[in-house]
Amino acid sequence: MECGRHLNIQLLTLSEVSAISGEAGNFTVTVKESPRYVDPDKCIACGACTDKCPKKVDNEYDAEAGKRKAIYVKYAQAVPLKYQIDPNSCIRLKKPGACGFCEQVCDAGAILFDDTEKTHEINVGAVVLAPGFEVYDPTDAKVWGYGVFPNVITSMQLERYLAASGPTEGHLVRPSDGKPVHKIAFLQCIGSRDENLCGNGYCSSVCCMYAIKEAVIAKDHVPGLSASIFYMDMRTHGKDFDQYMERAKNDSGVRFVRCRVNGVETDGVEGDLRLSYVNDDGRQIEESYDLVVLSVGLQTPKHVLELAQNAGIKLTADNFAATSDFSPVQTSQQGIFTCGAFAGPKDIPQCVVEGSAAAASVAELLAPARFELSTEVEFPDEREVADEDPRVGVFVCHCGSNIAGVVDVEAVEKYAATLPDVVYVERNLFSCSQDTQDMLTQTIREKKLNRIVIAACTPRTHEPLFRETLKAAGLNEYLVEMANIRNHNSWVHSSTPKAATAKANDLVRMAVAKVLLNKALRPIAVGITQTGLVIGGGVAGMTAALNIAKQGFPVHLVERTDVLGGNARDLKHTWSGEHIPTALANLVKLVSENTKISIHKNAEVTAVEGFVGNFRSTITGLNKSKIVIEHGAGIVATGGEPYVPTEYNFDSIPRVVTAIQFDKLYELNETHVKQAENLVFIQCVGSREKGNMYCSKVCCTHSVQSAIALKKENPNRNIYILYRDMRTYGQRESLYREARKLGVIFINYELHEKPKVTETGSDIEVEVMDHVLHRPMTLKADMVILATAIRPRKDASTLGKLYKVPVDSDGFFQEAHVKLKPVDFSTDGMFVAGMAHYPKPVEESVTQALAASARAVTLLSKTEVALDAIKATVDKEFCDGCALCIDVCPYHAITLKEETAEDGSENKYILINKAQCKGCGLCQGTCPKRGVYVAGFTMPQIKAQISAALAA
Amino acid sequence: MLDTKKIGSVMVVGGGVTGMQTALDLADSGYYVYLVEKSGAIGGAMAQLDKTFPTNDCSM
Repeated sequence: MECGRHLNIQLLTLSEVSAISGEAGNFTVTVKESPRYVDPDKCIACGACTDKCPKKVDNEYDAEAGKRKAIYVKYAQAVPLKYQIDPNSCIRLKKPGACGFCEQVCDAGAILFDDTEKTHEINVGAVVLAPGFEVYDPTDAKVWGYGVFPNVITSMQLERYLAASGPTEGHLVRPSDGKPVHKIAFLQCIGSRDENLCGNGYCSSVCCMYAIKEAVIAKDHVPGLSASIFYMDMRTHGKDFDQYMERAKNDSGVRFVRCRVNGVETDGVEGDLRLSYVNDDGRQIEESYDLVVLSVGLQTPKHVLELAQNAGIKLTADNFAATSDFSPVQTSQQGIFTCGAFAGPKDIPQCVVEGSAAAASVAELLAPARFELSTEVEFPDEREVADEDPRVGVFVCHCGSNIAGVVDVEAVEKYAATLPDVVYVERNLFSCSQDTQDMLTQTIREKKLNRIVIAACTPRTHEPLFRETLKAAGLNEYLVEMANIRNHNSWVHSSTPKAATAKANDLVRMAVAKVLLNKALRPIAVGITQTGLVIGGGVAGMTAALNIAKQGFPVHLVERTDVLGGNARDLKHTWSGEHIPTALANLVKLVSENTKISIHKNAEVTAVEGFVGNFRSTITGLNKSKIVIEHGAGIVATGGEPYVPTEYNFDSIPRVVTAIQFDKLYELNETHVKQAENLVFIQCVGSREKGNMYCSKVCCTHSVQSAIALKKENPNRNIYILYRDMRTYGQRESLYREARKLGVIFINYELHEKPKVTETGSDIEVEVMDHVLHRPMTLKADMVILATAIRPRKDASTLGKLYKVPVDSDGFFQEAHVKLKPVDFSTDGMFVAGMAHYPKPVEESVTQALAASARAVTLLSKTEVALDAIKATVDKEFCDGCALCIDVCPYHAITLKEETAEDGSENKYILINKAQCKGCGLCQGTCPKRGVYVAGFTMPQIKAQISAALAA
Repeated sequence: MLDTKKIGSVMVVGGGVTGMQTALDLADSGYYVYLVEKSGAIGGAMAQLDKTFPTNDCSM
């Protein structure tokens, strides 16, 4: 929605790139736009065409589980909300002269049967490829019975069955006979980690989590439903993922079965399905299910491979865009960037992070051209209306037939004209259409209206539009009210039109009563200090600081120790084999040489004042020297800490070492390592257990990588990796495959049967339960390597309190929204990157740092930011400083002010930080003395509305 | 490349959650963005999801 309305974003739908020429900074891109056969300027999305269209086809939005018409809108909340005709199924387009019902019923005259393909040549400085993925189609791999048995569906289809907007309106029934589902099975790794059936050797990274989520939701939908997930390794390596799996297991009762199911067959009873698999005891088990869900993987679609070829960019062996770990969104072509699932399979938060990271890298390249092509709208001067008598204009919208089909809009029009101070009323077919907007602007001027009521739909989506219209007419934007006679009325009362009309009258009367008390409000402008602050001089912090600097803004980099580099100084190689010390040295050099970066070593933030755009952070350095830094935005990149193990006799046996220690010994060619013939890696040391129920994300890949190097160096070595779930996610799976081919032995252990490490004479013995033989097995080891956890920094919450940013239950910093704001804090102007947020490999820290920088620059690139005027305001006459509102404010926007007056009397009242206040009104609702009110929603305004509601 | 006059606009190919984030961040920091989407509406795969982990929020 925001994209659709953004002044500086032009949407080109039904469009594909067919050629790219030029070079970084100056490309010409050829875009082919397919015909929509509907004029988007005229279409008002009433839906009359779809109702009449006689042609039904499978709906790709419902993953083919439901139907749509030949003229359709992709989904109810689509942006742009414009219909389109599918030329492959439209009767008229296939046979001229036939059908054409849609054209007959379209009051807006938007149908364009003779629409044609258009070609656009567009000049741009950079190109970002974010074309996404397609889900694997399991039809060809015949063993799953997909396309043969109707009750075998894909996870995307289940997603649609569970959705209220889906083909069954959220009711989970068997596709074959519509009977209720009692037993559901999820089969993991369909189209992933499988070179034989589908050729996709990589792990798709997201399927384990979505299967758990779908199982939990399915169980919510159907009480008593039995849900089983058949898996090889549960890869829940993201933030809070393991906790979610534990809850699914223990609270929701989802059953997890570790095995690869051989295939799906019919079970005799109609529609039932039989799964056969070999269980832990080596027995062949057969089970019957109502519904089998294939957890299908992600892959790069064919048209994207063609796009990559047109763009001339390199791909990985798994057909994803090839990037470097230290420039993770840069393709092999300068000026062409990539992000999202095309740059490797990944989940939503990681996609959003990469989306921002791509913006940061583009902005670095195009910094000299910033603001050259972006535009700002200009509005006429506002008319002062405070002294005028109220002149209310009411505009009643038909919304096609959405409102007018139920509500008697003519009656509403007549009724509105009888209300006090209403001087003008009219009806519009669509109040939101562009031509109505222009007409509205003119009417406001001609009739000298000074209060406007729009009786239409929801202010959530449309108020911004009408506010703009008022501004264009020279009226203050806050002098409008919306009466939602659609969502709150015609949609929900369609069976009782008379009552709906009466309710529409009530809603209009309430809106008129309120708008009479509306006052002109001025948006609050907050100045921005165009300087950044980055806390933490590791890879994440340095990357963020360097990007901000290269985008042209001064930045301070604060490092606690006397050296830059952080935890990465202990690392040797990224998973893809890039040499970390080389890249790190280069990064340190670039940061140190950049004149826009001020580095503060041996320094820590000790005090903070201010808010978004205007922070003042005090840094304390050696000898308690203090500097105050003014900055508009801040990035927390304070990293994590290695866990020091107490288990597995780490303290007492010298040849039991951590992975980081081992890497150092290996690099030094230490004799113990060199001569070691038997090496045992133990995974999940300090991770994924009570008190630390999270995955440290990097350890599986790290151990597998070390094992490969050791085995390659000496193939006769015995190398064992004792693991719980092997989490070489995404394209890292190729390492796991390679290790197994080289003969590395992987032994699974359970949390309740942890391995035991003992020293007998000169030997180390590792005892582990063998799941095939069902008895303990003893491995002799020359060295034992512990894959130890990554812990949050102990002082994270201390720093967090200074900036009013929270840490989660594990002690890592908590982002504003897990999915949609993964690098923002709930405190405006503050961002998070790297292991301060969660354990992650170097390349993901780099990506997140770029993302945090992009988000920070959306502020730093401006000199001031305009905030909505709907804010809490103190009425000092009534506020007695009782402070009840301070506790309820979710945004920490209220502080208590105590002062002593000249006569010695104590005076207490609250102060509201308008930059932090979001106008939610909790303070107003809590205040017992009317000492605080929200502009635009004052008590008199609300009271007027309520009185009007009761006045009928 | 030093001689190339840099253009202050960007093309983002793909209107899913990733491309939209790129487009918004660039448009909010001084660039003009062309957002190119193959289908009739932006939103991508996330718009198909019913609810998302961990809050079970609706994807819209």
